[in-house]
Amino acid sequence: MPAIEILGLEKTYSVGFWRKRPKRALFPLQLTVEDGEIFGFLGPNGAGKTTTLKLLMGLVYPTSGSARILGQDWNEPAVKAQIGFLPEQPYFYDYLTAHELLEYYGQLSGVPAKQRSHRVNEVLHQVGLPDVKGLQLRKFSKGMLQRVGIAQAILHDPKVVFFDEPMSGLDPMGRHEVRDLMDELKYQGKTVFFSTHILSDAETLCDRVAIIHKGELRGVGAVEDLTSSVQGKIEVIWQGTQIPAAMKALGAECHVSGDRVRAIVDEKQQDAAIDALRRERQQLVSITPVRTTLESYFVEKLRRAETTAGKTV
Amino acid sequence: MNRRIAYIASNTFREAVRDRVLYNLIAFALLLSGAAILVGQISIEIEKLVVINLGLTAVSLFGVVIAIFIGIGLVSKEIEKRTLYTVLSRPVRRWEFIVGKFLGLAGTLVVNTFFMAIGVFLALFYVSHKFVKADALILIALYFIILEFLIVCSLSLLFSSFSSPLLSAVFAFSLFVVGSFAEDLRNFAGMAHGISRWLATAAAYLVPNLSAFNVISSIAHEQPVAGQLILHNTLYALFYATMALSGAVLIFEHRDLK
Repeated sequence: MPAIEILGLEKTYSVGFWRKRPKRALFPLQLTVEDGEIFGFLGPNGAGKTTTLKLLMGLVYPTSGSARILGQDWNEPAVKAQIGFLPEQPYFYDYLTAHELLEYYGQLSGVPAKQRSHRVNEVLHQVGLPDVKGLQLRKFSKGMLQRVGIAQAILHDPKVVFFDEPMSGLDPMGRHEVRDLMDELKYQGKTVFFSTHILSDAETLCDRVAIIHKGELRGVGAVEDLTSSVQGKIEVIWQGTQIPAAMKALGAECHVSGDRVRAIVDEKQQDAAIDALRRERQQLVSITPVRTTLESYFVEKLRRAETTAGKTV
Repeated sequence: MNRRIAYIASNTFREAVRDRVLYNLIAFALLLSGAAILVGQISIEIEKLVVINLGLTAVSLFGVVIAIFIGIGLVSKEIEKRTLYTVLSRPVRRWEFIVGKFLGLAGTLVVNTFFMAIGVFLALFYVSHKFVKADALILIALYFIILEFLIVCSLSLLFSSFSSPLLSAVFAFSLFVVGSFAEDLRNFAGMAHGISRWLATAAAYLVPNLSAFNVISSIAHEQPVAGQLILHNTLYALFYATMALSGAVLIFEHRDLK
């Protein structure tokens, strides 16, 4: 059973003074996230990522479509007890301490009273905030609030966790810790659905990703599949600092770095490149195909979308 | 009561306390003790009358100001600050949130009124040096004031569910003022003719009849309050507050939290 099934969710807002102008924030979206996956929802700012998450959380109502989470209707309270949500740039009741806030959220999520206090301490420790007792949230930094946000999302041990830009506001160490936490959640068998525009995070963490742009889904697939397509180029590395003239004649892009030279050549020129290095008695270190990064796949998808939109206009 | 409603109500009460709303009690205490000392010096016969009138009017006005100024932000502030997102993404229904907020604010006002009532009785004891049986009537006036708060709270919450805090404050305060003169509006409707009669009658019955809750003057003169009025006011306040809360729930249930 998939953890999340988005069945044509669509959102159109009415904007303008008389609310007569329709503005489509999300085109009908079909997406399935399997149980136990870390799923990255990628897109530039304003692409529709937060709208999708708000629809799934029942904070905004869809113009059409529906969704199922853990096989049940997504708005059922029983489902909400099994999901955790971290909104983008979260803001909490700043007159409370982190312990009081999590105690309150634990009450609302139905965490049994006997376990609540222990669980609160456990998650605060897990997100790296073990010593904040007595400190009101109004005195927390942005990064600390983000950690509290993550803590409240996992407090009730949910089966599916939704994170909206979880790395936002965190320093490199914090980002590293959140990545570890997501891996830990996956290890515990939970499904993690997170939106981000930081592609390196997605590439490191995700089993699968979806790319959304201007409210439309542009691509979805396993990270390995998306990045394994060979670009038709190879990378040749040899020992030394000299670039043979024959290599230049092949049109190779060469860079000297320390005592090694790195050259990118067309894969059709592979044999000619090796011959050129042999002739000049250069010591070959490696030959590897150049693969697409998630970033280049992402950029290409968005460019293609822009071109299509331009032609339509 | 539904546990989630109780948790939300309790958190709303805690917010009011932490935001130092109960500090108004200090202003109230200063006002009342100042008045009691002053009145005790300048009059012999009417000091009790003045203390009851002034004390209960202050209880009512302080409470109404709190009800409006907290009530108007109960929903809109949560949307604006996005604190609602992490509440409504849990197994909390929207109507539970509204009812919890209402009960939290009502609870704050009851506690506030309790402490103010102690102040009124202390001031009364200061000027008359004893309590008489008729002083118990003050409790009825306080009960009516609390009923009045329920109506004002529910109206503030209703406006807060669809409007900005500023507009909500204007709407709620206007309704409070018009509602305080509801009897006059009804009398005017009785005297008017044609379409203005229809309009005045509709307005008179739509606005809350808060004038029926004001028995301060008669109680200060030790006149008893009819049991029928107590029953009528109780049912009216509960009905009106329920209607206003239902309206707030209806609007909030259909609202997108952008």
